[in-house]
Amino acid sequence: MNYYEEEFETKKVDIRTWKKLLQYAARHKKALIIMSISMVIIAVFDVIIPYMRSYAIDEYILQETTKGLGWFTAIYMSVSIVVGYIVYLFIYKAGFLETYITYDIRRDAFNNLQKLSFSYYDVTPVGFIMARMTSDAVRLGETIAWALVDMVWGAFFMVAALIGMFIMNWRLALIVLVVVPPIAIISAYFSKIILKYQRRVKKTNSRITSAFNEGIMGARTTKSLHREDANFKEFDELTGKMRNSSIKAAVISAIYMPIVMTIGAAATGAMLWLGGEQVLSTAIKLGELNFFISMSTMFFEPIYQISRIFAELQSSQAAAERVIGLVEAKSDIIDAPEVIENYGDAIHPKKENWPDINGEVEFKNVTFKYKGGEKVLSDFDLKVKAGSTIAIVGETGSGKSTIVNLLCRFYEPTDGEVLIDGKNYKKYPQIWLHSNLGYVLQTPFLFSGTIMDNIRYGKLDATDEEVIEAAKLVDADAFINKLPEGYSTSVGEGGSKLSTGEKQLVSFARAILANPALFVLDEATSSIDTETEAKIQNAIEKVLTGRTSFIIAHRLSTIRHANRIIVISKGKIIEDGTHKELMKNKKHYYELYTNQFKQEQENEILGIAN
Amino acid sequence: MKNKKEKKKLKEENKKKVRLLYRFTKGARGDFVSGMLFVIFENFFNFLGPLFLALAADILVKSANLHYPKIILRMVELGGGAEELYTHIYFIAIAFVIAMSLRSLFLFVRSKYLARGSETVARKMRNEVYDHIQRLPYEYHVNAETGDLIQRCTTDVDTIRRFLAVQLTEIVRVITMVAIALVILIPINTLLTALSMVLLPVILGASFYFFKKVQEQFQKVDETDGALSTILQEGLTGVRVVRAFGREEFEREKYSKKNIELRDKTYILIKYFAIFYAATDVIVVAQLLICIVLGIVYAVQGIISVGQYIMFVSYVRIMIWPIRQFGRVLADMGKAIISSGRLNEILEEELEKNSLNPIQAPLDKDIEFKNVNFAYGETKVLKNISFTVKSGETVAILGATGSGKSTLVQLLQRLYEVEDGEILIGGVNIRDIDKYHLRKRIGIVLQEPFLYSRTIEENIKIAEEHVELPCIEESAKIASIHDVILGFEEGYNTLVGERGVTLSGGQKQRIAIARTVLRESDILIFDDSLSAVDTETDAKIRSSLNERKNKITTFIISHRISTLMEADRILVLKDGHIVQQGTHDQLIGIDGLYSRIWKIQASIEQEEEVN
Repeated sequence: MNYYEEEFETKKVDIRTWKKLLQYAARHKKALIIMSISMVIIAVFDVIIPYMRSYAIDEYILQETTKGLGWFTAIYMSVSIVVGYIVYLFIYKAGFLETYITYDIRRDAFNNLQKLSFSYYDVTPVGFIMARMTSDAVRLGETIAWALVDMVWGAFFMVAALIGMFIMNWRLALIVLVVVPPIAIISAYFSKIILKYQRRVKKTNSRITSAFNEGIMGARTTKSLHREDANFKEFDELTGKMRNSSIKAAVISAIYMPIVMTIGAAATGAMLWLGGEQVLSTAIKLGELNFFISMSTMFFEPIYQISRIFAELQSSQAAAERVIGLVEAKSDIIDAPEVIENYGDAIHPKKENWPDINGEVEFKNVTFKYKGGEKVLSDFDLKVKAGSTIAIVGETGSGKSTIVNLLCRFYEPTDGEVLIDGKNYKKYPQIWLHSNLGYVLQTPFLFSGTIMDNIRYGKLDATDEEVIEAAKLVDADAFINKLPEGYSTSVGEGGSKLSTGEKQLVSFARAILANPALFVLDEATSSIDTETEAKIQNAIEKVLTGRTSFIIAHRLSTIRHANRIIVISKGKIIEDGTHKELMKNKKHYYELYTNQFKQEQENEILGIAN
Repeated sequence: MKNKKEKKKLKEENKKKVRLLYRFTKGARGDFVSGMLFVIFENFFNFLGPLFLALAADILVKSANLHYPKIILRMVELGGGAEELYTHIYFIAIAFVIAMSLRSLFLFVRSKYLARGSETVARKMRNEVYDHIQRLPYEYHVNAETGDLIQRCTTDVDTIRRFLAVQLTEIVRVITMVAIALVILIPINTLLTALSMVLLPVILGASFYFFKKVQEQFQKVDETDGALSTILQEGLTGVRVVRAFGREEFEREKYSKKNIELRDKTYILIKYFAIFYAATDVIVVAQLLICIVLGIVYAVQGIISVGQYIMFVSYVRIMIWPIRQFGRVLADMGKAIISSGRLNEILEEELEKNSLNPIQAPLDKDIEFKNVNFAYGETKVLKNISFTVKSGETVAILGATGSGKSTLVQLLQRLYEVEDGEILIGGVNIRDIDKYHLRKRIGIVLQEPFLYSRTIEENIKIAEEHVELPCIEESAKIASIHDVILGFEEGYNTLVGERGVTLSGGQKQRIAIARTVLRESDILIFDDSLSAVDTETDAKIRSSLNERKNKITTFIISHRISTLMEADRILVLKDGHIVQQGTHDQLIGIDGLYSRIWKIQASIEQEEEVN
């Protein structure tokens, strides 16, 4: 997962991408407006408050009077309280924007992910999506919200300060202006280069993390090869590189501030010199000179901020594109508008219009190929009677899984059609089929949460009794009750606290609770102890009775009990019939069967269950 | 009483953590001392600048008395006195620019020293932890929680680095700042100085309290963030289940609920920050206003000059910001100590030990297991194992899962130590032989070998770095993987792992074999390491091995009769005992595990021939 986060390329800012992202900010107009107005007010006050201090010097100290000082104090304090409130407002509103932009991006992306078809998931690693929706989403929210704050403040502060200074004395104001271009150039240069070096450090850092990862995960292999010294040498080189590039990055950012400060100090010095002479010639007052000096130290902050924002936008460009790409990705499988109108979709299902499924399934001239791949099925025909169990047997890559994927409408046929109860399943929404489907995966997947939650996934409104009933039916009840908290036991992330066999039993209970008309089982070959094995066998039988079932089978007992067995090779049915018939044929099935039989016997002797 | 004891213990623990921190700074202490010194210099000049501005103001308005530190007065004299400077105000302007430029320079120098110091320490910590982990016993790694370990090696190291780079100096900076201000301001007017700083402790207290408090909310946000990521990840890896049950809407609601929770919690956190900054802003202004109003009154009364007034205001403004942030520094300091403790826990784990006087005994000799018993904790795995292997013999081992096969061969590399009984190689007890010598001269291929995320070539030569490509290809050919490698677009330069090709179990095993045979060994061990390779390739690999090896003692763990039958001797293990041993011909005649499996496999092969 680490790997997807280290692509830090700096790209040219593309306005269209950011326009799309700015729409996320535009959704919260009120916050946006309050925040902008706050920043304008703060920018103006950032000029007024120093002015008030210079006013105090000229009007009280130099006049040697404290008359009106009470008013001054009152006004100064109230201005500050107003500013305090506005500071609260702008942080609050910018924070609001930041969190809501991140929130909205995540929500839109997740909603879109629910619509995207499997062809998207096939080519997109989970880590890639995770990185987009975690670090990228946070980074964009942060960049957009605070870039707006800094830009509005910076622009208005410069305008207000210039107006103030030019009103007071245009000659001195010019001194400040003269220094702007060099500082702007230096800032633009450094903000870019600093970011570049920081990214380099980050990259090296993620390499160190990977090295730790490898050092720890591979420690046993390292030991058996006695590679500790060589590993350490390499790691030492890496940390050396990290040390050097970190120092370099730190030194480069350490050069920038002093340079700007020195130029600023030169401007202040010039101000003191020329302004001092103007004070002597009484062209300006001492307090006013003081004001100019404050302004000359503050004026360069916005320049630095703005150049930083541009550098940041550039470096976030790639992240922005990828996030927009995720939010806007289009699904291959879409319910037709008239289908949605009649039957609804996953979000607003119109269940009252859905027909019941009887369970007759037919593949008619089905051709299929994966994106950019070769044809897996061509002109494939298969008709399955309602309520029958069909076992699909064949080698890896023969097309077994494709048949099941097409049946589940995880993919749609490239050509031809899949009929359910005699009607093309595209005439109904995907959710209709999926609501009638029971599915048990080769590698059972559970969600973190309790066992109760996981079984209930099959029927969300099931009562506790129904859940327990389902668990009893597949013999899962016994092991669940032995757990410390019974049905309330948490299964851990991805079900990690349960054994594979236990996970399978839970996933059977989940499927049986759904009471589906169609059932798909992608049977496991993983290691399970013999006792659980027997229970699973029993569970399978319970689940299969009375529904149309497709089984990708490995276990002999499952295969034997099927009403019909088809042997698939290279996308074609090469044998079709009952167990007895096919055994009599003494061909492919017979061969597969006997080999499997021996394998199972051998495994039994060695204590490995199938 | 007990409480006191615990407190004392806690204190001891903390002392240990701090001591560890101190130990890590070795080699970088010069940098830190220089860094601190330059912090002081930088501060000094930072305070000097406003002093010149104040002086200029006083000279411009011809203040009667110049109450300035002696050095400044000396400088005024050097410039020809106040009268002269009045017409040459640029002298002061130049002095100001010089002071500020020096400040900038020292700022740069201090940053450089501190960066070097903290990065040196960080490197040292990383290296030490990495090397320590590598040299922990095999058993530690079998049970290790990798996620937690990696967390410690990365996040905790970084927390300490940040403390040294930023927080430590910040402490020095704030202390010198206040000290310099006091030294300059008190002689001018004690009461004004006192009142100008009276609210600073309040600001500091408020900020410390806030940053301490806000950590709880940060933690809440982090936890929710983690939970949200889990939902996302499960929704992605379990997408088949979600779709198959038509649970898109349910997932959306689940995600949305957590997403809203995270949003609201983050929002609360930001609200806290908004309140904190707004509130302290008001206190800061109040402090400044006290200084301004009182300063004006004193200046009007002639107690201080206008320049001194400007000085007071500037100094208060300089000090306020760092003090407002100082609470965070103090709050974060505790984190560094905790991190140091977490690293210490790793470093206190006992390292793997070699023999007292390790011998580099020759290993191409007879091997003898003598009454070897072995247990993992309470579970006995090997029971009274005795057998002898002649040099150059091939021994095959067959047994059910959990029979102790893997442990038996791992003992030879001393990945686990024999506690009861002994293993002799050429009559020398392996407990006296150098561990690393054993591991260098005994090649072992594990069932699920670990490949490093580098190129295939680098993976093969991982244990023998200075080898030319022809030799690597030779080994790959022996392991029957050469053609597969050439089939990849980048050939031997193909990256393995997430960023490159994903290899199948069988391909991984064969690369592991190539890497093992590349190195010259006296003993070879195949721990079920051809299980994911088909029978034909298995036979090919074994025959090319036989061609090459000139009588290397070999141990093969396998279930394949075709593999087992070629061995000079077959050991059958059951529940930690050797239940049968002999040659193929001997064992098929006796009823037992071996003959049962032989019968099954033989019948499969016969049928295959018929077909």
